[in-house]
Amino acid sequence: MFFSEADIHTLLLSIKLATVVTLILLILGTPIAWWLSQTRSRFKGVVSSIVALPLVLPPTVLGFYLLLAMGPHGLLGQLTQWLGLGTLPFTFEGLVVASVFYSMPFVVQPIQNAIEGLGQRPVEVAASLGASPLDTFFTVVLPLAKPGFITAGILGFAHTIGEFGVILMIGGNIPEETRVISIQIYDHVESMNYAEAHKLAATMVVFSFAVLLTLYTLTRQTHNKTQIHAP
Amino acid sequence: MALPFFLILLLLCTPASSEPINIAAAANFMAPLKTIATDFEAQSGHKTRVSFGSSGKLYAQITHGAPFDVFLSADQKAPISLEAQGLAVKSSRFTYALGQLALWSTHASYRDKLREVLIVGDYQTLAIANPKLAPYGEAALQTLASLGISKDRIPRVVQGESITQTFQFIHSGNASLGFIALSQAVSFKASARGALWIIPHEHYSPIQQDAVLLNRGQPNPAAWAFLAYLKSQPARAVIESFGYQLPAVAR
Repeated sequence: MFFSEADIHTLLLSIKLATVVTLILLILGTPIAWWLSQTRSRFKGVVSSIVALPLVLPPTVLGFYLLLAMGPHGLLGQLTQWLGLGTLPFTFEGLVVASVFYSMPFVVQPIQNAIEGLGQRPVEVAASLGASPLDTFFTVVLPLAKPGFITAGILGFAHTIGEFGVILMIGGNIPEETRVISIQIYDHVESMNYAEAHKLAATMVVFSFAVLLTLYTLTRQTHNKTQIHAP
Repeated sequence: MALPFFLILLLLCTPASSEPINIAAAANFMAPLKTIATDFEAQSGHKTRVSFGSSGKLYAQITHGAPFDVFLSADQKAPISLEAQGLAVKSSRFTYALGQLALWSTHASYRDKLREVLIVGDYQTLAIANPKLAPYGEAALQTLASLGISKDRIPRVVQGESITQTFQFIHSGNASLGFIALSQAVSFKASARGALWIIPHEHYSPIQQDAVLLNRGQPNPAAWAFLAYLKSQPARAVIESFGYQLPAVAR
């Protein structure tokens, strides 16, 4: 077989992590994006900034504070211990929590842009026809902003697959639990198994290229479609 | 505006002779090296620039042309391999310190019974340095084997990518206990915080930490001077004060 068994585990773990995180982010990120696109609240700037923070912060900062916050003396850690869940660092669940923070802007911003791109008109029309805000969202906004959701899902997934710094700091390198593909590549390189490192690294390059190609092809198609249908 | 001018002025004032020595050093040697480098600079007038990392990482960087003059490894393997590849100056290699392993926990309740806690397995998480990259991680595995602790009696193992990250896992309370370098415990006064057990030597093979002059440092007299200083009595006293043992004096 091309990959060793240990390598396959890290691949599967990365895919599992990215899938779980993307699903959580689509559920969690959509209301945030919707609120950001509609609100005139003075807190909009604050919330936008918090969502975008991981774009700017080095992963070491995020990883360091998450390690402290999720540890036994941290706020989050005390909450999880009180709930009887133990502490989160060095667990798969811990990686999920960290990745949700880390990939948040990649999901929220495309959805927000898509909804804002629709303008207020579809929402107002739906409202004037008697649709409730919830109805409006599911029957009008969601179908119209679908390309934004697809972009958000793909970017969230791909960004989580490519995550490294935060996981290095809170993962603890446990096989089948926190040793994801990027950590495995780092391990291979550090221990001078360059051949093994190449296999996984090349796989990552091919995967990332394929994801981006799909993304750009998809967005171009939807773009053309909306242009054709535009009055 | 004043700052750039000041910096240029500073550059002009620096004597041309003091080309800085670039030192690559194993993470466990961070604390003593800071003292030694400061003393050496004060005494000789040479400048030093130190980069810390795991020995494995530094080794990989050196083999790929990293601009280091001197390499202070945490093991013998990497310096010997550099010598064999012709990347280090022949017969410049020597053992500058013998590393000692310690088990540390921030739980004060483990005081005086850390060994028993480890053997019984009555804790949550054990932190070790990645044995593939760090000699202290390898020594930790040897210790576990020597104490007859099998894998299934360890509740959970987490690996730091270097001995420094391992320290951080324990310090933040995320690992209940873990194997660190005694030098870290000394510089952090770890025995006063929680529980510390210095692992007896019979449990692991000696961690011989070797220094070597790299090819880039060969024409630089300051690099030779630094290595000579590392063997000197004042430097040896510093090394020992940080919880290392010393090799017999090489003559």
